[in-house]
Amino acid sequence: MSIFFLLLQQELLLTAIIFVLLFVKLSTKQWNSQTVLSFVNILLVVNLAAGFFFKEKGTLFGDMFQTNDLLRFEKNILNLGTLLISLQAYNWLLKHKHAIEFYLLMLSTLLGMFFMLSSSNLLMFYVGLELASIPLAALANFDLDKKRSSEAAMKYIMSSAFASGLLLFGISLIYGMVGSVNFTDIAVAASENPLFLFGFILLIAGFGFKISAVPFHLWTADVYEGAPVAVTSYLSVISKGSMLFVMTSVLSTVFANLLFQWYNIVAVLAVLSMIVGNLFAIRQQNIKRFLAFSSISQVGFILIGMSGANIESHSSVVYFVLVYLFSNLAAFAVINVISEASGKENIDDYKGLYKTNPALTWVLAIALFSLAGIPPTAGFFGKFFLLLGGASKGNYLLIIVAALNMVISLYYYLRIIKAMFMDANETPVEKLAISWSPKISMAVCMAGIVVTGIISGAYEYIYSLLK
Amino acid sequence: MPITYYIFLAVALFSIGVAGVLTRRNAIIIFMCVELMLNAVNLLLVAFSKMHAQNAIAIDPAAVAGVEAQLFVFFIMVVAAAEVSVGLAIIVMMYRNIHSVDVNFLNRLKH
Repeated sequence: MSIFFLLLQQELLLTAIIFVLLFVKLSTKQWNSQTVLSFVNILLVVNLAAGFFFKEKGTLFGDMFQTNDLLRFEKNILNLGTLLISLQAYNWLLKHKHAIEFYLLMLSTLLGMFFMLSSSNLLMFYVGLELASIPLAALANFDLDKKRSSEAAMKYIMSSAFASGLLLFGISLIYGMVGSVNFTDIAVAASENPLFLFGFILLIAGFGFKISAVPFHLWTADVYEGAPVAVTSYLSVISKGSMLFVMTSVLSTVFANLLFQWYNIVAVLAVLSMIVGNLFAIRQQNIKRFLAFSSISQVGFILIGMSGANIESHSSVVYFVLVYLFSNLAAFAVINVISEASGKENIDDYKGLYKTNPALTWVLAIALFSLAGIPPTAGFFGKFFLLLGGASKGNYLLIIVAALNMVISLYYYLRIIKAMFMDANETPVEKLAISWSPKISMAVCMAGIVVTGIISGAYEYIYSLLK
Repeated sequence: MPITYYIFLAVALFSIGVAGVLTRRNAIIIFMCVELMLNAVNLLLVAFSKMHAQNAIAIDPAAVAGVEAQLFVFFIMVVAAAEVSVGLAIIVMMYRNIHSVDVNFLNRLKH
């Protein structure tokens, strides 16, 4: 019996937090919102810390649910990201009437992602996926009085409903050919049967929508721009990261027999994502839209790592998602502070930022250097391992295309850095006082960017989990 | 009846749903089309479940097979209901803001 609690520890703790928050919300006592938010953040710290103490692995519910060291580590990464986003959203939520609902919805999606990560059955996977995506639409609508927020939510729920329709059709065809929804049975029965392949391609299309790989990326920019900044960062880091973890392990374990087929699909998706993401990022004026396209091109690089289909490439994907979490959340922390204080979200508004807010400028600059992959930062090592993992297949053309795209991406990341440091601006963002919670979040992100890059332990640890 | 008829019917329903999502401009009709896609999936799952059950019984009369897909159908129904209820809530928000459910008005975020 106790093994049940140990295996489900992360999910149960999260569920407990959701219930506690629900009771706080329902209680008749009127809580001070500052107290509530500090309380939630403490709970999230406990949630993150507790995840490191347990090592049990095994399966539950008749092989529907599995957990092991790697999955625990991936869940810890997601917990860390959620905590950082919660710290960044502190000032926004202080003014918001429905702060607790924000956490209820966000932690429900996190719970869905945990079940999705741990699934070893298509049914569990589907339910986890929907739990991870339906509340996110409500989150995107969280700026209740803004038109663009409800527009973003509308676009998100429509494209996610459509994507889950495609995914389900794929699942039903796969079930029809295999006669089971268990991953182990599917792995054995995977064949080049046309109907099975069709189902498999629809499944990849469903994955592609969630990670917003090009041709399935059309919702990304609009949703990222319209949603509140905290939700945008959640979408671009946690939601995307969890889906990348699942996609990597499903493709390399369940569909290992179809390696030739999915290698080609993933390579095409990777090249398209990198090129389209880069070309559109160059001409963006809004910084959230800009980061949306930059995240599309980052997904292209991750897909190159994924296409390697061995232990090195799998660990490079997990490592890069960790690095990407730190870099992207550092950038979003700065955007959140500026957007919250002045409402400015255009790249032109960032001109001359260095004169008024040097600390924020340095944080954003280091984050962008890491996203671009400049050597001392972790982003360089992340991309290096991804390309190394992809190169193990011997398809050097793909690696050359990726390397060229890294050069293009450097151009538009440096464009923002130039705007902040060099360009003159008559009405720059005034000097901002940053409160403690975004400061902690930025400090953790900066430490993460430096430490995961310079100390080789992070990658080796992930590699040792996979062996 | 051979399974191919069910597959053709399900593919036809699914395609009608996809075409509707891609061409119609009314948000509520788009959600109806998504439901059509999901119901095509349900039909296909039940048909496959029956097929696998018959195949298993042909080998061993006491065999039980194809239960998973029927369970799956119930989950799809519940999740689809949840999805549509969130979707309709968002449509209400949208109607409050722009007094229309036409998705062509959702272009403020375009450049």
